[in-house]
Amino acid sequence: MSVLIYVELDNGSIKKTSLEAVAYGAKVAEKTGDKAVVLAIGQAASSALELAGNYGASKVLHASDEKLTHENSLAYADALAQAAGQESSKIIILSKSGLGDAMAARAAAKLKAGVVSGVTALPEINGSFTVTRGIFTGKAFATTEMKSDVKILVVKKNVIEIDENDVASANAVVEPFTPQLRDADFQASVVNVEKASSELSLTEAQVIVSGGRGMKGPEHWQPLLDLAKALGAATGCSKPVSDLDWRPHHEHIGQTGIKVAPNLYIACGISGAIQHLAGVNGSKCIVVINKDPEAPFFKAADYGIIGDVFEILPKLTEAAKKL
Amino acid sequence: MKILVCISNVPDTTAKITFTDNDTRLNKNGVQYIIGPYDDYALARGVELKEQSGGTLTVLHVGEADADPQIRKALAIGADDAIRVNADPLDSYFVAVQIAHVAKQNNFDLILMGRESIDYNSGVVHGLVGEMLGIGSYSPVMKLDIEGGSATISREIDGGKEILKAPLPLVLGCQEPIAEWKIPNMRGIMTARTKPLSVVEPVSVDEMTVPEKYFLPAPKGACKMIPASEAETLIRLLQTEAKVL
Repeated sequence: MSVLIYVELDNGSIKKTSLEAVAYGAKVAEKTGDKAVVLAIGQAASSALELAGNYGASKVLHASDEKLTHENSLAYADALAQAAGQESSKIIILSKSGLGDAMAARAAAKLKAGVVSGVTALPEINGSFTVTRGIFTGKAFATTEMKSDVKILVVKKNVIEIDENDVASANAVVEPFTPQLRDADFQASVVNVEKASSELSLTEAQVIVSGGRGMKGPEHWQPLLDLAKALGAATGCSKPVSDLDWRPHHEHIGQTGIKVAPNLYIACGISGAIQHLAGVNGSKCIVVINKDPEAPFFKAADYGIIGDVFEILPKLTEAAKKL
Repeated sequence: MKILVCISNVPDTTAKITFTDNDTRLNKNGVQYIIGPYDDYALARGVELKEQSGGTLTVLHVGEADADPQIRKALAIGADDAIRVNADPLDSYFVAVQIAHVAKQNNFDLILMGRESIDYNSGVVHGLVGEMLGIGSYSPVMKLDIEGGSATISREIDGGKEILKAPLPLVLGCQEPIAEWKIPNMRGIMTARTKPLSVVEPVSVDEMTVPEKYFLPAPKGACKMIPASEAETLIRLLQTEAKVL
């Protein structure tokens, strides 16, 4: 028996959110007395995959078939279900993302497994198996008993704190894994992929600097970009900004955009409509800079500065450069 | 082309969330319900595609009778008929089984829904339904065109977008800017009253997950205000006090 954890790769390395999932899965395996086994799909060097051992995995199954190089949730879910069968896994862990949810869903239907997405804590296991999850876009939580034989958990970012520089050094054994691929999973063809390779991913970023209509137009974005660069941060924006095409749609953070959970979220000239708050309420620390002292965002913030963003941002950038 | 659009019935985005019955049920008192915002995008694109192709559009909801006003609104926006599976669903798996059951009986070419509901936020129903029907499922779809039995899909991926071409039938989870939300006009509201809304009983499903209790997050502490004249001190506080830098 084993707890199976799927890890997402980014340029041949395991994503940080997936390392958190490995650490989460290892803690679950400790509770159940099982091994923690990782599944990685795509191109990666064994040395990059062995790092999963530092977070508690004893083995990494690596599916490196060329047909699986491009993200394909249908085929990946098939591989996940087959790996679960091979490893007799009754508990499967993925990290919360578009791919994680898609794979979890299809694998759940294949394995007749209960699936809970948005898990925010380790499970309670004592006769029953209960997980906590975020609901109402972060406005509440639910504890849910999972009754199915096979259980799939999709875990939110930052549930388990990991320090990539301070881990045990126990490399996992990497084994090739060759799932049976079905033609039906490859009926869709990829016409084009547009990816801003230089940009930090909003879902992975530890720091996000985000702008709203208070930035007064796309031509005034440079001070915000300068602060983001000084902090090594990703950049985001509010819905009105993306609707006005001041910034690309994939930067839109909020209830109908991307939901983020960085350590630090700095909102510049964003008033804080409830729909925007729904996308950022997973952040550890929120800083709000706004000239309107009545901006509702201050009620949700940890730190606030009332003033002109164009005067404040350069000061913050200078201070950040000295870190 | 036969299109199915699945809609959720959820508290308005600005609703204050509280619980009742010893925190085992959502307190619905005074809560305004709406079609899930993402489902509204799916519905809007479904109506556009129906108008382009001259096909039919059925709207489906898994829930109780209190959702009928939202279903009627979907009919007013442009759906031809509606099905409500009469149940109080406990989890995504249950909902997906009901949708798949209805879909198997009707051979839809395209099944659209929102990328997720805004109450349970799971984002897994489209994938479950796709697998249960043995067809492709993709999400979140931001642009969708149908031509000659195949769909061109633009979907959001981490830090960018991907354009796919996939054969129908498909299940798609939608989000903006796939279409502009549609507001029903008076004629639509009047005709919606006479459009068929069938109520069917659910098929049985093994209990997979059961919500036990709900709770609210711990209240947020007060916001620490920093004078604009001392803005640079914020960086030090973030490093030494909040420990997030």
